[in-house]
Amino acid sequence: MSDKPENAPEHCPGTTSEEAGKASSCEGCPNQKICTSGALRAPDPDIEKVKERMANIKHKILVLSGKGGVGKSTFSAHLARGLSCDESRQIALLDIDICGPSIPRMVGLEGEQVHQSGSGWSPVYVEDNLAVMSVGFLLASPDDAVIWRGPKKNGLIKQFLRDVDWGEVDYLVVDTPPGTSDEHISIVQYLSCTHVDGAVVITTPQEVSLLDVRKEINFCRKVKLPIIGIVENMSGFVCPKCKTESKIFPPTTGGAEKMATDMNVPFLGKLPLDPRIGRCCDEGKSFLAELPDSPAAVAYTEIIEKIILHCG
Amino acid sequence: MEISRVVEGCPSSSESAGKAEVCKGCPGRMLCQSLGGVDKDQADIDLRMNAVQHKILVVSGKGGVGKSTIAAALANQLATSHKKVGLLDLDICGPSQPLLMGVNGQAVVNTQWGWKPLVSPYTGVKVLSVGSLLASEESSLAFRGPRKTALIKTFVKDVLWGRLDYLIFDTPPGTSDEHLSIVKVLQNAKPDGAIIVTTPQAVAIATVRKEISFCRKMGLRIIGLVENMNGFSCPCCGVSITC
Repeated sequence: MSDKPENAPEHCPGTTSEEAGKASSCEGCPNQKICTSGALRAPDPDIEKVKERMANIKHKILVLSGKGGVGKSTFSAHLARGLSCDESRQIALLDIDICGPSIPRMVGLEGEQVHQSGSGWSPVYVEDNLAVMSVGFLLASPDDAVIWRGPKKNGLIKQFLRDVDWGEVDYLVVDTPPGTSDEHISIVQYLSCTHVDGAVVITTPQEVSLLDVRKEINFCRKVKLPIIGIVENMSGFVCPKCKTESKIFPPTTGGAEKMATDMNVPFLGKLPLDPRIGRCCDEGKSFLAELPDSPAAVAYTEIIEKIILHCG
Repeated sequence: MEISRVVEGCPSSSESAGKAEVCKGCPGRMLCQSLGGVDKDQADIDLRMNAVQHKILVVSGKGGVGKSTIAAALANQLATSHKKVGLLDLDICGPSQPLLMGVNGQAVVNTQWGWKPLVSPYTGVKVLSVGSLLASEESSLAFRGPRKTALIKTFVKDVLWGRLDYLIFDTPPGTSDEHLSIVKVLQNAKPDGAIIVTTPQAVAIATVRKEISFCRKMGLRIIGLVENMNGFSCPCCGVSITC
């Protein structure tokens, strides 16, 4: 990552240079005060601590989408649940959606609190081998709004990576908010000192979603984050009465499969729109455990197998 | 920092942003301090916004509930009733309005009086979105908060909106930089309020409750709540399904 912030003037000397904040081109730059304080020149001691924590984690998977509401949190929760079906695996699920943390509710841990121990923050356990961390556990009330600007959100994400004592973990699944902003830039930056297996990009079939997801793929390429593959969620709806399939979000431009081909990215599979998935998420239950023989659960399992294969 | 203090009363939304006791040690402190105080551009912003009779924000804490769709539908409906309408897309990372309003691929022209918004061929709504400023629709804008804030100010201050009956603001999901910034920018403009969009699921409503808290904290009037994707009727057999 360049040390010239995006809002810097044209001849920015760089935030880590001796001239930072003092050059003539620094006049009027919104970052001038921060640069002259010298805070940005010193190496970040927290990065070493993050590296130490992450050294105990074998595989790291980010779940991304440019678009909101396509099922990132639903997929993250079920990916973590699916991976934890093998009791010999230790799974960690990290929710970095600071403004709209959905994971606690989806895994049935709403109202739980985080505790501090000598070795760091203790995550909250769904099962013996599935641990979860989210800002949702830090709120006094679930209705509390977290109205934070970017730097404070970045600070919490760093804290999650530095202070949470996950222990020895086979898979860390990171659920992200929609977009390509502070949270995404920060998680990639903080994890750049470790190996990240890659990103699973979620979309729905319609062009309005694909528009944003193409940007997300572009973002992944810009920051050199490998893409494990694309998942098309809410792919079709089968009427429980007459079994007709309706395309509620019609793939007018070919859907995610065509986009994957056009952008030369692996396509992991399609997940149908089953209202029972949403209901399970509302109730904090695992859809894979409640309805294992449903077409959606079978599709989920196939996609999870492909992800495990990619990670090696 | 102790866990109990991590989410304690961040005053980012108030005048004490960056200056309160709880701000010590916060990574966002200097940014909040620099954004506080009187904005030298406020007078220009107020001038532009005084020419707009009604300002309505379309918000939701949750993504994918239909904010952009509803904002576009509202703008189109108002324009059909012979009102002069503008639609400003504040979603910097995932701008949907150019596609929804039929102005995809059109270039925004910068005149001596400001940027000229595009005009929707459907109903004549003036549209501005970062999507119309990108070299290609695949380009991503990985902007951190301060840069998004600067762009949002430009969209309000430097755009030739002209005299409008309604200016609709489409926002991204969340309660962060974009939302704080637009509320601050419009502080003297007396916006009519916010329409909050949700879907019926408990997971969506849980996030939307936070948005209601946000509006109340910001002193932003809530015009009302819209429940989108309320149910689905099978086109073949007509059976009604709730999602």
